[in-house]
Amino acid sequence: MPASTSQKVSLWRRLTDWGATGFAVLAAILVIVPLLAIFVYLVIKGIGSVNISFLTQTPKPPGELGGGMANGIVGTGLILAVASVIGIPLGIGSGIYLAEYGRNRFGDLIRFTADVLNGVPSIVVGITVYSLIVIRQKHFSAFSGGVALGIMMIPTVARATEEMLLMVPNVIREAAYGLGIPKWRTTLSISLRTASAGVITGCMLAFARVAGETAPLLFTAFGNQFWNLKLNQPTAALSLQVYTYAISPYDDWHKQAWAGSLILIVLIVGAVAAVRITTSRGRLKGA
Amino acid sequence: MSDSVDPMNPSQPLGRLPKPVTSMPSLAKVDAGRTGNKSTGALEKIRNTYPRSSRIPDEVFRWIIILSAISVFAIVLLVVWELVDKSKLSLHQFGLHFFYGHDWDPVNDSYGAMPFIYGTLVSSLLALVLAVPLSIGVAVFVTEMCPQRLRSYISFLVELLAAIPSVIYGLWGIFVLAPLLRDYVEPFLAKTLGWTGLFGGPMYGLGMLAAGIILAIMIVPVIASITREVMTAVPQNQREAVLALGATRWEMIRMGVLRNARIGIVGGVILGLGRALGETMAVTMLIGNRPEVSKSLFAPGYTMASVIANEFTEATGDMYLSALVEIGLALFIVTLIVNALARLLVWSITGGTARPSA
Amino acid sequence: MGVGIEVRGLNAWYGKNQSLKSIDMTVPANHVTAVIGPSGCGKSTFVRCLNRMHETIPEARAEGSVKVGEMDVYGGGSDPVEVRRRIGMVFQKPNPFPTMSIYDNVAAGLKLNGFRHRKQMDELVERSLKLSALWEEVKDNLHKKSGASLSGGQQQRLCIARALAVEPEVLLMDEPASALDPISTSKIEELIFQLKQHYTVVIVTHNMQQAARVAELTGFFLMGSLIEYDKTEKIFTTPADKRTEDYVTGRFG
Repeated sequence: MPASTSQKVSLWRRLTDWGATGFAVLAAILVIVPLLAIFVYLVIKGIGSVNISFLTQTPKPPGELGGGMANGIVGTGLILAVASVIGIPLGIGSGIYLAEYGRNRFGDLIRFTADVLNGVPSIVVGITVYSLIVIRQKHFSAFSGGVALGIMMIPTVARATEEMLLMVPNVIREAAYGLGIPKWRTTLSISLRTASAGVITGCMLAFARVAGETAPLLFTAFGNQFWNLKLNQPTAALSLQVYTYAISPYDDWHKQAWAGSLILIVLIVGAVAAVRITTSRGRLKGA
Repeated sequence: MSDSVDPMNPSQPLGRLPKPVTSMPSLAKVDAGRTGNKSTGALEKIRNTYPRSSRIPDEVFRWIIILSAISVFAIVLLVVWELVDKSKLSLHQFGLHFFYGHDWDPVNDSYGAMPFIYGTLVSSLLALVLAVPLSIGVAVFVTEMCPQRLRSYISFLVELLAAIPSVIYGLWGIFVLAPLLRDYVEPFLAKTLGWTGLFGGPMYGLGMLAAGIILAIMIVPVIASITREVMTAVPQNQREAVLALGATRWEMIRMGVLRNARIGIVGGVILGLGRALGETMAVTMLIGNRPEVSKSLFAPGYTMASVIANEFTEATGDMYLSALVEIGLALFIVTLIVNALARLLVWSITGGTARPSA
Repeated sequence: MGVGIEVRGLNAWYGKNQSLKSIDMTVPANHVTAVIGPSGCGKSTFVRCLNRMHETIPEARAEGSVKVGEMDVYGGGSDPVEVRRRIGMVFQKPNPFPTMSIYDNVAAGLKLNGFRHRKQMDELVERSLKLSALWEEVKDNLHKKSGASLSGGQQQRLCIARALAVEPEVLLMDEPASALDPISTSKIEELIFQLKQHYTVVIVTHNMQQAARVAELTGFFLMGSLIEYDKTEKIFTTPADKRTEDYVTGRFG
């Protein structure tokens, strides 16, 4: 027995063990508290202001009470529709490439590029789409907003598609080839169908992530006080309206900002919860 | 071949012994012989539906897929191109002075971006200082200490933090966090730690401290989830080896888990930094938006992302716009480097299979 | 010097499944005792109960009396951390710490226990590596090479050195050579034979020839019970119980 080590576990070691446990529990609490606080505030402050007029009317001029964010709700839907049309096919296509055709250096490059795209700050995406589309068209539009958000959806969808396709066992593909089914048909009807649950998950996660984005819309969709259903006009979006109202000096608008946030969070958490419930994988990625 | 045994229906009595195969039947004969057999009809249908040469549809599909993949590449190239192209004016005019000049003066068309760089760095570093211990603490709690039943609930809650949009964080920050800071936290800090010089000056609630705190909350899920992943990847026998030497639980975590996972954890932290650097809305709503460099954390500041968000649509004049785009370019390059570094570190631990979220 | 182990009425469970049923066994000091039996018979569980590693698995628990020398392992005031320091364990798959050098691996247990004196640590590391017959092979690279850069057999000897460094009284070995090649295996067996001068060794093995080679006493486990426990020679030549005879002659397992 080395003379300098004590027979019993020293007090210091016991204290550090307890201290570490305490710190970890404290950390968990400190992290969850803001989460709960945000949700509680959203519900308390938002519920009171979510009423029929909020859901059906457009904003009143600043200073006047009342009005709603109906145009924002619809506008968000419009922009997200455009985003999905762009982001989902390109994302799934890229994912298919990475899984089925891209197990090589070029595929690595694409994979790296997709990760780069994922990390580009959302405001920079906004600048790019502004330069590419808004300047050329000489006006803001729902379309450009949708393009910006669609671009942001691609990496999440691509990664989910690739991962899920890689999980499809090769023997299934070989069975299909053995039956004489060509590669394109195998990939679509067999591999993709097998992987469909996870791919849909990826799409919903990407959707949830961009639904709340504001920065890229600041100079693409721009926002609109009135109804707009045309793709080539500036359009209101929930996230934009929440932002505008939040930084305004009007109390009534602050209340509406909470209401708009509540609707936004219901939309997003609904998508995320649906993903959790319907998948057994259990881990969220890309949020 | 009606006198042979039907392999699909072996219970049928044998009429006669099957004829020995004296020659290889040609494919054509085999096909003709089998069309009468219902059980192989499905196979036949598939065979007849798809042309023996499916090269053309396969090639078309392949090109569609390759084009989608290339589009990702093209988009990133477009981002770089537009950023460089639209910032040319400002790059030419101000050169390197842009990055250490203190004067942001749209009126006189003179632009120095130092206050924004300072604001971005300080708010992000503050966020890291707050978020890293919390994230590692949560990850340790969930992976090593939490009772099995609670585990999925707590990790779900932490991931939910990541789902909240930036603008809602900002909203909550303005109406809940900022007043809290202004009325309770900042006076307390000024009293106790005011001597450091970091906690002085007027207390608005909004300012660098508020921005740092909200950023910290936002990046905790990023760092925590990667830390969890790399901790879980440490094999169980490492934990057992430490325990068998006579270690307390914390010592086991420290020596057997964290030590093995530290490269990945650093990667996660750097990824969190990348997120903080590019974060726009919540920061804009809480930082006060004044282009000043100030020692005190109570003072308002301005970040690179915020100035773009606030002033882009108001920018009159090509030089103004070009300067803002140049800030965007700088932001893009910084986040690019930071994120690439992070991914390198995380991949080296997880062997390229785990993909960090965000 | 090693101490003896007294096991009385040891029961163990994984959740609802009882994996050990009232085991009574006396392991004499400074002897090598082998524990054999077919897969799932509880031999690993038994050994892991001796140093309270069994309970680290969720839903696992153990009850009964285990006395290692003077120490009452499951007694009221007993601390699992202390128990594990005094009882060393070597695992089936070598598990050196990959981020640490050879020196740091061996010294890991010492550092945990608050040992600080550099010179004494050097001496203890050297002694442990010599005891585990690894010293000559690594003495020039103690700080430069990592624990994971050694071959399988060397890694296992490193793990043995690591376990010995904290001067346990008992050494438990759970199938220590089953992941190794035959040459490394025979080196480890030689080592075990020598270690018994200083320590009491309990070794789990599924290899009966190994038990016959290294152990003086052998216990045969079957479905959670200790069927027969006697001198190795007797177990393998004239076993008292028919089940033992069936196992050692290869009729099952």
